[in-house]
Amino acid sequence: MTALLEVRDLVKRFDTGGLLRGPRAVVHAVNGVSFELAAGETLGLVGESGSGKSTVGRVILRLTDASAGSVRFGGVDVFGLSAGELRAIRRRMQIVFQDPYSSLDPRMRAGSAVAEGLEIHRLLPSAEIPGRVAELFQEVGLDPSFSAKFPHECSGGQRQRIGIARALAVDPAFLVCDEPVSALDVSVQAQVLNLLADLQRRRGIAFLFIAHDLAVVRQLAHRIAVMYFGRIVELAPTETIIRTPLHPYTQALLSAVPEPDPARQRTRIVLKGEPPKPMAPPPGCPFASRCFHPMKNERCVNELPPLRAVGESQVACHYAEYSLQPSALSHQPSASNPQTPTPNP
Amino acid sequence: MIGSLGGLLRRAWTHPSGRWGALALVVLALVAVAAPPLLPDPAEMPDAVLGATPPSLAHPLGTDQLNRDMLARVVVGGRISLSVAVLAVLLSLTLGAAVGLVAGYAGGWVDAILMRGVDAALAIPRLFVLLLLLVVWEHIPLGALILVIGTTGWFATSRLVRGEVLRLRNEPFVTASEALGATGWRTIARHLLPNAAGPLLVAATLGVGDVILLEAGLSFLGLGVQPPTPSWGGMVLEARPLIVTAPWTAIFPGAAIVLTVLSVNLLGDALQAALDPRGA
Amino acid sequence: MSDLLEVQDLRIRFPAPGGGVSCPVDGVSLRLARGETLALVGESGSGKSLTALALLRLVPPPGVIDPASRIVLEGVNLLELQGEALRAIRGGRIGLVFQDAMTSLNPVISIGEQVRETVAAHRTLRGKEARERAIALLDEVGMPGASTRYRAYPHELSGGLRQRALIAIALAGEPDVLIADEPTTALDVTVQAQILELLDQLRTSRGMAVLLISHDLGLVAGRADRVAVMYAGQIVEEASTSRLFRSPSHPYTRALFGSIPRLDGAVDRLVPIAGAVPLPDAWPPACRFHPRCPEVLARCSIETPPVVPLAPGEMSRCWLLVKGAR
Repeated sequence: MTALLEVRDLVKRFDTGGLLRGPRAVVHAVNGVSFELAAGETLGLVGESGSGKSTVGRVILRLTDASAGSVRFGGVDVFGLSAGELRAIRRRMQIVFQDPYSSLDPRMRAGSAVAEGLEIHRLLPSAEIPGRVAELFQEVGLDPSFSAKFPHECSGGQRQRIGIARALAVDPAFLVCDEPVSALDVSVQAQVLNLLADLQRRRGIAFLFIAHDLAVVRQLAHRIAVMYFGRIVELAPTETIIRTPLHPYTQALLSAVPEPDPARQRTRIVLKGEPPKPMAPPPGCPFASRCFHPMKNERCVNELPPLRAVGESQVACHYAEYSLQPSALSHQPSASNPQTPTPNP
Repeated sequence: MIGSLGGLLRRAWTHPSGRWGALALVVLALVAVAAPPLLPDPAEMPDAVLGATPPSLAHPLGTDQLNRDMLARVVVGGRISLSVAVLAVLLSLTLGAAVGLVAGYAGGWVDAILMRGVDAALAIPRLFVLLLLLVVWEHIPLGALILVIGTTGWFATSRLVRGEVLRLRNEPFVTASEALGATGWRTIARHLLPNAAGPLLVAATLGVGDVILLEAGLSFLGLGVQPPTPSWGGMVLEARPLIVTAPWTAIFPGAAIVLTVLSVNLLGDALQAALDPRGA
Repeated sequence: MSDLLEVQDLRIRFPAPGGGVSCPVDGVSLRLARGETLALVGESGSGKSLTALALLRLVPPPGVIDPASRIVLEGVNLLELQGEALRAIRGGRIGLVFQDAMTSLNPVISIGEQVRETVAAHRTLRGKEARERAIALLDEVGMPGASTRYRAYPHELSGGLRQRALIAIALAGEPDVLIADEPTTALDVTVQAQILELLDQLRTSRGMAVLLISHDLGLVAGRADRVAVMYAGQIVEEASTSRLFRSPSHPYTRALFGSIPRLDGAVDRLVPIAGAVPLPDAWPPACRFHPRCPEVLARCSIETPPVVPLAPGEMSRCWLLVKGAR
């Protein structure tokens, strides 16, 4: 069965500088990203700032033009579509943004925002639109009376739900979630994450879940891809990557995630050295300047490691087979064996 | 969009100067529209012999040098000044918004060409253009006046709108609209224009004040509205010889100009303040 | 360890829209001893940042600190200080590290200068000595190449380095108390760990007390000695870190734990807290958490729960802990 989404060798360059604007430089925000996504699956895309993860989402949706590479959606070459064809296919691929405050038009009522997709694609006669909008509000857990509210009258969590309803209105098969819960309070994050999980179950939507928080991504993702400096450095099923990370960067990332249990604090890997400058990508592995792998050597500095299969995972490291054992990096359980507290039912 | 506009006006209302400005303007507008039929026709019965008379019960603002009722003249003059201002500003608004929206949204060479054109036009003083028209006409007919003021006043507005559009273009809600499949025109009309409307409204309000002064100035120079049609600037011009003997003939039209422009500016200030603490 | 800083019944009033008064901080009491880290944890709207500002008398107008409140630093009530004495406290005895270094640093002045400015303002050092002290501070916070980086502007530095610069500024007055308000929220995860590590080191090397404010429970787990959980302007639970995580005594804390995604254990469906955080002008009556509490009793909506002392320095505001309350 062909995958719903096929991304091959995606590259996005930004040119900065030039005439009167400073030295000319090229930044490769995305530098050769490939992956596939099956229908109803969630791929988590994790990375820190500057990794290029948000850009990947936008380029796939052609909200920004790619510099190179291809994206096939349902077998169709997205980059080759005309404006009209692109508009039609946009129904099936939607996006939810990070900032609930600026992702809604401040001058538009929630109901109109949600109805916009229906109007653009003429999916329903105008008499039936309010009814569908009310259904959508209920589906995202909002009372239909929210239709009349302006964004500034709603809380962050409510706005995010409105944004999700807006995306759902056109019945997409694929949803790019660009840090959808990062700007929300902890108690609201859980609500929205559960909502997304329910939507996937009910509607069979595939998600590209972009985030910097591995624990959050773990909740929804079937597979996780870790990005560093514009490339995917590791791609594996969720539990595999969390229990046995093979790439040193993934290991560092996992060890840095705060552990909400004082008795089970991990030995943290503290990265030394500076990340490479975006304008001057090194010829070899971009992580070499901070890598702590015992076998790191000249080859790493000069030769870019390709993304290759190692067991269940795909890893971009010359020495992935010789990765540090996970137990050296994982929790130090304490003698008193604390149980993580569970809420009363 | 109407709802949020109402909110904006409501907030401007709570601003103290905004309230006064708005009230004054409303009164002025009402008077300009409704009052003339109730007042004696200012063109009737010019009486050069009787001349100017000071304010009295019969003539609350006195009479001018031809014994025409000042109150009536000021009101009718106001009607003219306000119509010129409003129509000219509407014209500028439309042109400025259109150019600003297109330039800001399209970007690239379209933007570059349009904006360089605007830059060039901004370099030409408006008054000179108007005075150039005198080559053709002895004095500028009302229609032409409105047209010319309108078509020379949109440059700053277009830059303002373009600036707003540039700021808004990168906001996620605009990207969301594109992601939904909206065409450029739809995005401009439904998202960019309503959000740029606020600063546009403020600029328009202040523009009205500018145009009133411009028209008054032209009429004062004898180049605009011609007698016997009353206009505030024209009335001040005619009152020049009487400044000492019958000061009210100059004071009242002058005060009318000041009051109107002041109200308009106060309202504009209040609108600007109302725009800022917006929730979004 | 004696108390360095004691806050008693801090209340901050703001005029509410439409008349009336709202108290976004409503009766907060804290104790901070030298050499310890107290974490103040809460979501947005809980009042934690305002509490931090109040300690420096920086509450933005029209907010006013209730005169019945007391903030005592080694015997001196800070709320009674004026002028020079107050200025000496701000940055001098109490330092504040802000959240977002990009907006807290002056973009047109080099970071070294900004540190030097603060040094000169609080110590009797001038000119070359102040400059050298500033470089020493930058070094202390782990700024690589401190003497060259002195001349760098904020935008030339990475997020982590900017945050270090902010910390250096906060330390310039040699404070006894360091307040860190969400010091790592704007940073990448790998950098967060470094910054928290740094704060810990500084605490021990300088013998300071640290008040760490955060919305992230996981963050404070390994970093704090004690945790105070804030909700709706009040502290609803205070306990030693290990006790709080082992057996939280307030339903809000318990609910928070249930709603946080974890890396360990099985992937369970998260249990969100129903409803939304209340706003200061509409605190729910009696127990402020009762509309959202999964363990609510009838009494909770009628009578305000008392502060129940549990162990020395530990408390909770909940009827469930009062015998015979059910």
